Amino acid sequence: MIPLWMYLVVAAGLFCIGTYGVLARRNAVAVLMGVELMLNAVNINLVGFWRYMNPLETNGQVFAAFIFVVAAAEAAIGLAIIISIYRNRRSVVVDDVDLLKW
Amino acid sequence: MNTLELPLINHLLTVTPEFLLAALTVVVLVLDLRWTDDDRPKIAIVSGVGLGLIALVAALIAPGTATPAGPYWGEMIRFDFLTHIFKVMVIMAAGLTCLMSINVSGIGKKGEFYLILIVATLGMTLMAGSSDLIMAFLALETTSIPLYILAAFRRGDNRSVESGMKYFLFGSFASAIMLYGLSLLYGFTGHTNLYKIAEVLGSGAFINNPVPVIASMVLIVVGFGFKVSAVPFHFWTPDVYEGAPTPVTAFLSVASKAASFALMIRFFLAVFPASLIMGGQEIQSFWVNFMAASAVISMIVGNVVALAQKNIKRLLAYSSIAQAGYTLVGVAALQAVTPEGQTAAVASIAFYMFMYVFTNLLAFAVVIVFSEATGSETIADLGGLNRRNPWLALAMTIALLSLAGVPPAAGFFGKFFLFNAAVQAGLTWLAIVGVLAAIVSLYYYLVVIKTMYVDHGQYEEQTIPVSGPYAWVLGITVIAVILIGTVAAQPIYEWAARGAAGLFS
Repeated sequence: MIPLWMYLVVAAGLFCIGTYGVLARRNAVAVLMGVELMLNAVNINLVGFWRYMNPLETNGQVFAAFIFVVAAAEAAIGLAIIISIYRNRRSVVVDDVDLLKW
Repeated sequence: MNTLELPLINHLLTVTPEFLLAALTVVVLVLDLRWTDDDRPKIAIVSGVGLGLIALVAALIAPGTATPAGPYWGEMIRFDFLTHIFKVMVIMAAGLTCLMSINVSGIGKKGEFYLILIVATLGMTLMAGSSDLIMAFLALETTSIPLYILAAFRRGDNRSVESGMKYFLFGSFASAIMLYGLSLLYGFTGHTNLYKIAEVLGSGAFINNPVPVIASMVLIVVGFGFKVSAVPFHFWTPDVYEGAPTPVTAFLSVASKAASFALMIRFFLAVFPASLIMGGQEIQSFWVNFMAASAVISMIVGNVVALAQKNIKRLLAYSSIAQAGYTLVGVAALQAVTPEGQTAAVASIAFYMFMYVFTNLLAFAVVIVFSEATGSETIADLGGLNRRNPWLALAMTIALLSLAGVPPAAGFFGKFFLFNAAVQAGLTWLAIVGVLAAIVSLYYYLVVIKTMYVDHGQYEEQTIPVSGPYAWVLGITVIAVILIGTVAAQPIYEWAARGAAGLFS
């Protein structure tokens, strides 16, 4: 059987890749994809921990299912906002969105 | 997972405000479909008055004999006095925000605006009560996702959409980081209930290896820091506050912050209490030190950068970062060793948020009336406001004095209780930094007051009318600010202290 730490390493790796994506990518859609990777890393963590630590209670699975739901809602809202940005300025590059600054 | 124990009626009673909020969203939705454009502004009145009544209901359903304080709904939420206070607070803030939105161009006549606002409020009330990681996360997102929409509500306005996007990107990033911390916490203990997590951690499972627990705690602090806009997680605040429609900014600055502080207090007191010792160190000292450091930098950055602002909404944004700093002084004071000290800390945070709701809504209500009449948000354009509408200038003066902490406005007692709690907890140096920061803040608040009364503006002949709903909002908030700063300070603090005591029993 694959030991728990392998799942955790995959999750941590995915989380780091997602964080890198959020911080390094200039395209708003790519940033959103980075966030989705981070959320999926959390899901791997949750399901892995659930299976190895406390498989009799379902709360880890339930938590992961709720994260799916919220991630979908977040993606819908995020893409809608990005589309309205695109309609206003014909660009979704984060650096171009600089009307507000001190 | 615990089964739902009967009697169900008690369980239902504990979430009456939430049910009523959900019912109100349906009412607003139906009215929006049936009413024509001429009737639409009435939706604001319906939702404002409805929220006011729900706040009243929430205030009446205090923990008592029928519904004793404790866990409900399979231990997903806790019903106690602290929950109760924060629920009343956020629902009132939402009601006042609805009334403030009525004449604002682009949002006042849209039923969906009020609908989304009420859904966000529903999330905040759940946040104040949640005692489970799953519930806390869901409540946080039920609050955040509607707020992203609200910030970007004026789709055609570049600045509004930009603020929505910045809020969304920062917000989803912060909540993903926080979630990773929550998943680790779940993994270490096998539970999602805050009190069960505390039990497992307290049983000595990690006694020689505190690093993983501290790592998860740091990740969770990032999420909370973002929500309350504490430095160094404040970068979104000025941009979002400036770009979002002003009623949204007002709501965001008070209700979202209050609910986050409620959850934060409950979370840290439950999961990382003073009794938790790992690797020979108190885990509590880690987060207390972090909160104290964040409080100091928030107060300094917020107040110093506010000095340079030209836009009134941006000034209030930096001021709100500073206010988060003051409140974090109270959070750091949770390290007090005596129960009285801890109670004082929680009570002072609740009191501060209570008075901050009214004070900041008052300030933003004046900004809305002014900018809807003149189309400007620049501080210099406030020149001669006293001659254009003396009542408006007076209301703004009261709000700013309250934010600065000058008696007889409410802010004085708010800061007094916070710094008092800090001294009781042995954090005298933090209280001194807070007082110094308050003195710095007095300067930029006084500059705005001076602009309104002494300076001359371009259009001094044109008076600024205040329409009915705004007169109500201004009246209610001014009276509340003055009352909380004078006769009502004692009863409200006692109410808050009762809530705080309930948290430790």
